[in-house]
Amino acid sequence: MEENNKSKQEYSKMVDMVSPNSSLVMNCIKAFVVGGLICVAGEAMNKSFSNYNFTKDEVSLLVNVVLIGATALLTGLGLFSKLGKFSGAGTFVPITGFANSMVSPAIEFKKEGWVFGMAAKMFTVAGPVIVYGLVTSMVVGFIYFVAEKVM
Amino acid sequence: MSKKMGNQTIRFANPPIIVSAAAIVGKKEGEGPLADFFDKVVDDPNWGEDSWEKAESKFVRETMALAINKASIKTKDIDYVFSGDLLNQCCGSTFGIKDFKIPFFGLFGACSTMGESMSLGAMAVDGGFATNVLCGAGSHFCSAEKQFRFPLGMGTQRPPSATWTVTGNGAVVIGNQGTGAKITHITTGKIMDMGIKDAGNMGAAMAPAACQVIAAHFQDTGRHPDYYDVIATGDLGYIGRTILRKLLKDEGYILNENLTDCGIEIFDRDKQDTHSGGSGCGCAAATFCGYYNTLINYGKIKKLLLVPTGALMSTTSSQQGESIPAIAHAVAIEME
Repeated sequence: MEENNKSKQEYSKMVDMVSPNSSLVMNCIKAFVVGGLICVAGEAMNKSFSNYNFTKDEVSLLVNVVLIGATALLTGLGLFSKLGKFSGAGTFVPITGFANSMVSPAIEFKKEGWVFGMAAKMFTVAGPVIVYGLVTSMVVGFIYFVAEKVM
Repeated sequence: MSKKMGNQTIRFANPPIIVSAAAIVGKKEGEGPLADFFDKVVDDPNWGEDSWEKAESKFVRETMALAINKASIKTKDIDYVFSGDLLNQCCGSTFGIKDFKIPFFGLFGACSTMGESMSLGAMAVDGGFATNVLCGAGSHFCSAEKQFRFPLGMGTQRPPSATWTVTGNGAVVIGNQGTGAKITHITTGKIMDMGIKDAGNMGAAMAPAACQVIAAHFQDTGRHPDYYDVIATGDLGYIGRTILRKLLKDEGYILNENLTDCGIEIFDRDKQDTHSGGSGCGCAAATFCGYYNTLINYGKIKKLLLVPTGALMSTTSSQQGESIPAIAHAVAIEME
């Protein structure tokens, strides 16, 4: 076996043929159903909270707080990882994924201390989401600003 | 007479003896097909300690103490310890054996470490530098996931090609006297890098290294694949074994039923959801010390070629986009 480019390419092709892929269709269906159900739950809370004396902003805030709180609790109980394993992107894309990605390292790195362990490691997965979320909103905001001036 | 044969192999003049072996594993391994062969199954991932890392060191300490005990010798009779693990700076081993006060060589060969420690230990004994040495390796699922992948509580999916890090430790006492199986040859592996970057498919990254060292072993010794009752790689898993068979066929060696993998043997992938199989230093170590060494001592198999396989990447090299270099070490273990 030679370690040249040709044999590396051939090897890569052979590996691709032998290695099974994740079931795309099945994973999409599971993600759609679970992700959809989370959104349904959010919408149901939205409707029921609206029956009380809250403003619209307060209602959406409350829905987020409940979803994040529930995710944090389920992560701590070790149940969220099971749901995430089943549904993949279904739990990861909604706000639940963001909450899970902060709570799980916070729990795991508590042993390394409150400052450089829990507090710092909390952002290992969520940090990039925040950074690129801000960058994206800046770009969109700039485009919106320019478009508004031109129109 | 030179003990070196061919390019990579050593034939021992006085084959060192595996005087005793011990294996301690975690709960999941204790629920697998090899459960009855392990000396102890520990259900608590913390093993009474307050961190996974401390638990990993306790696996090292307890397994080594048990191996010494089973050899009916005292700790002071051990001349050297050879041990390694997956944690940064080999802390699993060093914190585990620091109180033994035995001269220590810390090793890193990733999941091939058991092959490396047994090779070096056997060389020390055959070379007359030691009467008894202690060789071991281990890993812990939780501490490995924490260091290399995502937090355990995070809801992620593992690809079908992924393997499951074994929680467990295996240790052997190798000496120049006793009744156990003999280490007759070792073939030391070269680093192979065929450009695989997918850390979710370690079997594919490591199969070329296993192929290289197995083919070199046959060339150097003049032996054929059917010489061995079992040829067991370390943690290639199902996918890696399929690739290895193809690669060895291209080299002119047909391996059929006698080619297996410790990662395939240690778990039941259908019942235990372990995807391609088991992995980690503890995979080859615990499977050999618990299962194969017992089979050899009971006469079920007579000739074993153990080939622990290791992927030599770090989280930094992976993040920098480097491919995964791999290594494998072959150890020929025979009972007369």
